[in-house]
Amino acid sequence: MEAFYEWFRWLYEATGINLTIVYDEFDRKRMISGFWTTVWLCLVCIALSIVIGVVGAWLQGSRLKWTRRGVQGFIALFRDTPPLVQIYFFYFGLGALLPRIENAYGIPEPVLTSMQWAIISLSLFAGAFNVEIFRSGIEAVPKATVEAAEALGYSRLGAYVHVVLPLAVRICLPALNNNIVNLVKTTTLAYAIAVPEMLYVSKQIWSDATNVPEMMTFLLLAYFFLVGCVVWAMARVERALKVPGIGL
Amino acid sequence: MKVLPVILRPAGPGPWRAPAITPRHGVLLALALLLSVGAAQAATGDGVLSVLATLWRWTPLLLEGFVFNIAISLIAMAMGTAAGVMLGLGLIAPNRAVRGVAWFLTQFFRNAPWLVLLFFAMFLLPFEFRFWGIVVPFPGWIKATIGFALPVMANTAEIVRGAIQSIPFGQWEAAESLAFSRRRTLWTIILPQCVKRMLPPWMNLYSLVTMATVLASVVGVTEMLTLVSEVHAAEGGRPELLAPLYGYALLCFFLYCYPIGRLTLRLERRFQVRI
Repeated sequence: MEAFYEWFRWLYEATGINLTIVYDEFDRKRMISGFWTTVWLCLVCIALSIVIGVVGAWLQGSRLKWTRRGVQGFIALFRDTPPLVQIYFFYFGLGALLPRIENAYGIPEPVLTSMQWAIISLSLFAGAFNVEIFRSGIEAVPKATVEAAEALGYSRLGAYVHVVLPLAVRICLPALNNNIVNLVKTTTLAYAIAVPEMLYVSKQIWSDATNVPEMMTFLLLAYFFLVGCVVWAMARVERALKVPGIGL
Repeated sequence: MKVLPVILRPAGPGPWRAPAITPRHGVLLALALLLSVGAAQAATGDGVLSVLATLWRWTPLLLEGFVFNIAISLIAMAMGTAAGVMLGLGLIAPNRAVRGVAWFLTQFFRNAPWLVLLFFAMFLLPFEFRFWGIVVPFPGWIKATIGFALPVMANTAEIVRGAIQSIPFGQWEAAESLAFSRRRTLWTIILPQCVKRMLPPWMNLYSLVTMATVLASVVGVTEMLTLVSEVHAAEGGRPELLAPLYGYALLCFFLYCYPIGRLTLRLERRFQVRI
């Protein structure tokens, strides 16, 4: 391992390509923790946004007019405003209005950390898109299929759970796929409120070592890798769920 | 020109549709803003200039910033579209090498996060150019605009490719049998039909670009969001002012992007022919 690091040190001396994240232990640890922060942020936000999407799609099909309108307003609000402003609004705006609590040393600190605010605002942002995706999936299930299920003696709930939902999930997978990839890319915005994710850590490193081009290239490759993982995983899910005759 | 409706298929892959948004939601947003203003006022107590008056006082400056955002988005969209159409044509070029390069560029700029591309443009482009002794300055906002134009280019390329491929192949063959060259087929038969299909996704893209322009504040370009924090500092940095100020920015963007989304939806419905 030491020889490997040594090689990168030699690379720096020979070519000027300064990859401190490989040979410098402090930078390496920073970058690894930044990478896992990004992964963690992505996973939590994906899970929460799917939950928001499912619940929202269910509420949108409600018989109460004001519930539907509320969901519609939520979607409109989060779709037509910049995600960065949303994050600022949550973190600075709402964060300032919340009361502060005292920690063990008696120093007041905010109730929610920047990481938690990032998770909340990013999940809501992606969730608003997911609501629409799931709803359109449910609507795309042919009415005749539901009628056929009813003719076979399914109850309303039974038809929904056993017939409509499995078909809807398969129909909306491509759109969901898109949205999740988008979400992974949007997590970089957490940089703006000092969540120590990959972009933030990279910025710290290039401020110290002034190796902007190297870190930039690394960042792009790292995000390609992450997006590639998501696409690969979603393709596997799609293949596993494949039913002949359904989907594109 | 009357297009045969039978051969028109929806351009997109299917289920995604923009939600029906109505002016009510703007009203709701304004109400939310008023609520936060109320909360802020309650927190400030007496003797402080009311929050609404503060917002009103700074409106000219903030709107100036917003107009700058719009300008950035328009320029980025123009540059990105011009480059993207070329790239999109490259994606379907008969030459294998051209296709490969175009494919790589498209994937590269489509899959990188916007903020990272923005950093890329800000740090790696020079701050001035020298042409035979003449120094041409290259201010930050132009670099940021280029940073936004890159993902626009890649996305436009995909839109162009998708639209061209959605035209039935029989039209190419028919044109060939009428002795049209490839170039003429493309420019006089295929592309005019594509414009209609490309318009809705292209407008969606514009809306995305507009919302992305606030990212420029992160890399030090003075636009609306920068001005918001400056206004906040000028007002004494009271934390309870932040929610109304950012709410105001949200409202501005909503009022601008909502009609675009609405129009996109209408166009999508009009151009869509069920088969």
